[in-house]
Amino acid sequence: MPSAKDVRELAARVRRGDRAAAARALSIVTEERPGHEALAGAFFSDHGASHTVGLCGSPGSGKSSLVNRLVTRLRAAGETVGVLAVDPTSAFTGGAFLGDRMRFQAHSLDDGVFMRSLATRGMMGGLNATIFAAIHVLEACGFSKVLVETVGTGQDEVDVAEVVDTVVCVSAPYQGDEFQAMKAGTMEIGDVFAVNKADLPEVERAVAMLKDALSLNPLHDGGWAPRIAPVSALTGKGVAELAADIDAHRAHLASSGELESRRRRQLRRELSLVLSRRLYRDAMARVTDRHIDLLAAKKSSPQSLGGTLLAGRK
Amino acid sequence: MTEVNTLPSHRILIAKPGLDGHDRGAKIIVRALRDAGFEVIYTGIRQTPEMIARTALQEDVEAVGLSLLSGAHMTLFPRVVDLMKKQGLGGVLVFGGGIIPDEDVAALKKKGVAGVFGPGTPTDAIVAFLRERLDAAPKAAKGSRAKR
Repeated sequence: MPSAKDVRELAARVRRGDRAAAARALSIVTEERPGHEALAGAFFSDHGASHTVGLCGSPGSGKSSLVNRLVTRLRAAGETVGVLAVDPTSAFTGGAFLGDRMRFQAHSLDDGVFMRSLATRGMMGGLNATIFAAIHVLEACGFSKVLVETVGTGQDEVDVAEVVDTVVCVSAPYQGDEFQAMKAGTMEIGDVFAVNKADLPEVERAVAMLKDALSLNPLHDGGWAPRIAPVSALTGKGVAELAADIDAHRAHLASSGELESRRRRQLRRELSLVLSRRLYRDAMARVTDRHIDLLAAKKSSPQSLGGTLLAGRK
Repeated sequence: MTEVNTLPSHRILIAKPGLDGHDRGAKIIVRALRDAGFEVIYTGIRQTPEMIARTALQEDVEAVGLSLLSGAHMTLFPRVVDLMKKQGLGGVLVFGGGIIPDEDVAALKKKGVAGVFGPGTPTDAIVAFLRERLDAAPKAAKGSRAKR
């Protein structure tokens, strides 16, 4: 267990921009190693230091390739960028192939860029339970933008909207007709809709369908009309415009007062994640074979036992 | 949002240094390690030793597997090991595979490549090697595996 002094020292090194310290801190908070709560607590004060941008979209829509292009653009504009890329953990083996890095190696030697791959480890909704703490580490390390690439889970992947300031939904041509665009889910959370693979001939139809569907939506919080950005991660066309849309959204958040309400929503979400994690872990730690015996003999019910265990009794 | 209690598993980086573009072997290792419960990061082909060392630092991995079929292993493998040491990653396990002549294996091991696995190695043998080396590291020392 690291001492309070260790935690302070590591946090101070991260705040000085030490990349090795940031890598180490990320491991401690995301793997919930001993001392992770103290460390995550130390970084919490950096919440809100960076503009956080989430990218979501179905598998293969080109999120990683687009992140790669966006980072090039952001760097040219003088920004520094931290990237968290989430890929799925196997429910069967606990293993994971974290493949987002492959699209990103052009930036691996740039000191203004830091990328970390994360596995979902059983969390549904496209994000990892410890995502907030990971974001705070990168905020503390001084990156002006933090990009969070969610696992490509599809229609129901809306958690990211409560984690970041700006949500970019990535889609591509040939992903369905206008009725797909009318469904609830990710279509409701996008601040910017990137239609990737704009080098394909069907892109105009995809943009038109998206426009149609979004025109029926009520205006987003604070009067923001979601932007639609056709973009090609393959050729780089449209990346500058996409970056401009993302920055326009950030400016809108500040001028409309929406930033404060989004940040409050993030705080509520972070607190709820910490609570559910702790309650679950603490209650599960009290479960013994005796409880299962009680259930098998029908002498108690999961509901009744659950109440007892949650109340801290055995 | 549902949650299952999954413990963190070992993080491994698989990397292809140098100019050869043949990564079927690397992909098979990635897949085998994933199926054995490891978290595996793959760099893709044509990486410089500098890129690999920097990636190992950012991803804070416990082991780096290098795959090379071009014959440049005697230059590139030790270069990765040296760069990692310079970054304070001397505690990270480095292993390798590809077309490596038997007579080079001892020299590579001397230069810090802890295991060399040629064509025909059962993937189970590589999994067993990693389990033996990584599971043995006590949990408390895990956080300081990279001395920094």
